[in-house]
Amino acid sequence: MSILVDGNTKVITQGITGSAGQFHTTGCLKYGTAMLGGVTPGKGGQTDENGLPVFDTVAQAVKETGANASMIFVPPPFAADAVLEAADAGITLAVCITEHIPVLDMMRVKKTLKSNFPHCTLLGPNCPGVITPGIKHDDKDTETHGGCKIGIMPGYIHTHVSQSKTGKAVGIISRSGTLTYEAVWQTGQQGLGQSTCVGIGGDPVRGLNFIDLLEMFQADDETDGIVMIGEIGGTDEEAAADYIKSNVTKPVTCFIAGRTAPPGRRMGHAGAIISGGEGGAESKLDALRHAGCHVAESPADLGTTMSKALGV
Amino acid sequence: MKIHEYQARELLQSAGVPVPGGITVDTADEAEKAFETLKNDGATLAVVKAQVHAGGRGKGGGVKLVKTAAEAKDAAATILSKNLVTPQTPPEGVPVNKLLIAAGVDIAHEYYLGIVVDRALGCPVIIASAEGGMAIEEVAEENPDAIIKEPIDPVAGLRPYQATKLAFALGFTGDQVKQFKKTLAALVALFLKSDASLAEINPLIKTPDGQILAIDAKIDFDDNAMFRQKDIAALEDPTETPESEQRAQEHHLSYIQLDGNIGCLVNGAGLAMATMDIIKLHGGEPANFLDVGGSASQEAVTEAFRIILSDDNVKGILVNIFGGIAKCDTIANAIVAAAKEVGFKVPLVVRLEGTNVEPARKIIEAAKADIPTMIVGNDLTDAASKITAAVGSA
Repeated sequence: MSILVDGNTKVITQGITGSAGQFHTTGCLKYGTAMLGGVTPGKGGQTDENGLPVFDTVAQAVKETGANASMIFVPPPFAADAVLEAADAGITLAVCITEHIPVLDMMRVKKTLKSNFPHCTLLGPNCPGVITPGIKHDDKDTETHGGCKIGIMPGYIHTHVSQSKTGKAVGIISRSGTLTYEAVWQTGQQGLGQSTCVGIGGDPVRGLNFIDLLEMFQADDETDGIVMIGEIGGTDEEAAADYIKSNVTKPVTCFIAGRTAPPGRRMGHAGAIISGGEGGAESKLDALRHAGCHVAESPADLGTTMSKALGV
Repeated sequence: MKIHEYQARELLQSAGVPVPGGITVDTADEAEKAFETLKNDGATLAVVKAQVHAGGRGKGGGVKLVKTAAEAKDAAATILSKNLVTPQTPPEGVPVNKLLIAAGVDIAHEYYLGIVVDRALGCPVIIASAEGGMAIEEVAEENPDAIIKEPIDPVAGLRPYQATKLAFALGFTGDQVKQFKKTLAALVALFLKSDASLAEINPLIKTPDGQILAIDAKIDFDDNAMFRQKDIAALEDPTETPESEQRAQEHHLSYIQLDGNIGCLVNGAGLAMATMDIIKLHGGEPANFLDVGGSASQEAVTEAFRIILSDDNVKGILVNIFGGIAKCDTIANAIVAAAKEVGFKVPLVVRLEGTNVEPARKIIEAAKADIPTMIVGNDLTDAASKITAAVGSA
């Protein structure tokens, strides 16, 4: 098992003819994802560099390909509308990679998804995406089968549980892209596989959040432990700690980035700011410790802390 | 993006929020004249206020009450003559280039009225309190029941009943209910129309004759929305951003200068923060936050090194790259080229992992002779301990 996506997920790319959209469509296709086509208004009828069909609208793409998930690379001014177009066309998982979307647009998207399109789950924006590792054909290979990568993460660092040394798999949830890779890499070094890795994004208002994913990983048979990577800004980690305390029985390893960040400054991510005495790392770490989480004091200890918590 | 108080007042005024008379000046002589003008309009006293982004201006002597034109001139000359140091500025303070001379008004009661983006609810939320004049964080601490919160539907905007509810909850009566509702509607409309991320009137006041006025205002905006807010973007004061951060912005680098002595060059915001954290864990102090992004060119990496080295405090540099889409060998080549061009006199520890790390390690190994201060970090912990040791013994 896995969460959100698997070998049966059928994916299109919104913004497929843009340079980032095309590059990562190819990357996902090579990894083994069922990439079925893409959308760029005005370029319907063309094919992309892999021969995938391009459509003018998401509705056409869904009708012709049967896609149920979309990877969104539409530029910031139009990205919010692209999410709603995907939802309106019946897409059930919209993965929005785009960074720098105005927060007001995301607030409106969230509200509209909730009221008009409850079937559609949004991941992101400003996120690396989601990956359920596939099975590698051989040790050196970057191609896999049975998995699904929707996003910009390097696929080859991930390990399917059947190919892991310990036979155990962790689920990973993170607000940061490169720290997700770090967690994947380190858990892999410890002989752990990954069930699914989810980057929820660095923006203040986003789709799926820690609690949604903790619930899914808790219910997922293949997930033995959970790595949760938070950062300064907001109080989502505190809310997640409350949830973990009463609902999560699997071991949870945490790291919070930004303990040394000065208050009032945005640290790269739109959502990474300590403001009005709220959003500091220490309060998040306290809450997570109280919830029984295994806190990695150093970002270099994510893998060892997780394997210790799993007793492997 | 932050703007000055006088700019926020102007935005409020054009949105329909009443503010007392005020004149913005650059010199002490202009301050003297401004006082006369306000006096002719009926003001008996005025407040001279330093226009800087940092808060806590009153505590640093940047806000002075004056009763005559001569006092206004003196106060202005004093404030303009030196850097203003407040709890929110760097220790050396910030220069003051502009002053707001605001007409003094009699106050019967002070309120707090603000709008913030509530991240958990995913919508703007109005925060109001009948206990204005002090920092809202202090009110929240001491008397949380005195704070009223009202979420705004980001699609529909403020509904009239919400304004009515708040007006009565704050204790307004009679004509002031109408005045408050108009003020609140104007503030919410301004917030949504201008892509604000924070709008705060503190205090909003009631005069003895029942007028409602905004005395001090602070409005921040969403950087990501500036592409569609040209008028707002034009309000930015470049002198408020350190030169190094301006240079970084021009090269699409995300850079923030800090007080420590270990420069950091990292890809990804989360990893950049984590790198600062691990330096501190090993007893060092980071000199900056720097995310070169996922597709950093050689030119951008070179500029990043120049910016880091332009900080005289920097005694060593830690490069931490987890190659994803950005390939390690590309970054390694950029480091080597940048090193040759910029020239490193301080220790440089390089930790690379991820996509194409093997060819990258060969590039670094081969460049060691050319860059004698370069040390290879085998993993994150090794890199952090090597750079803190190298800087500690320097």
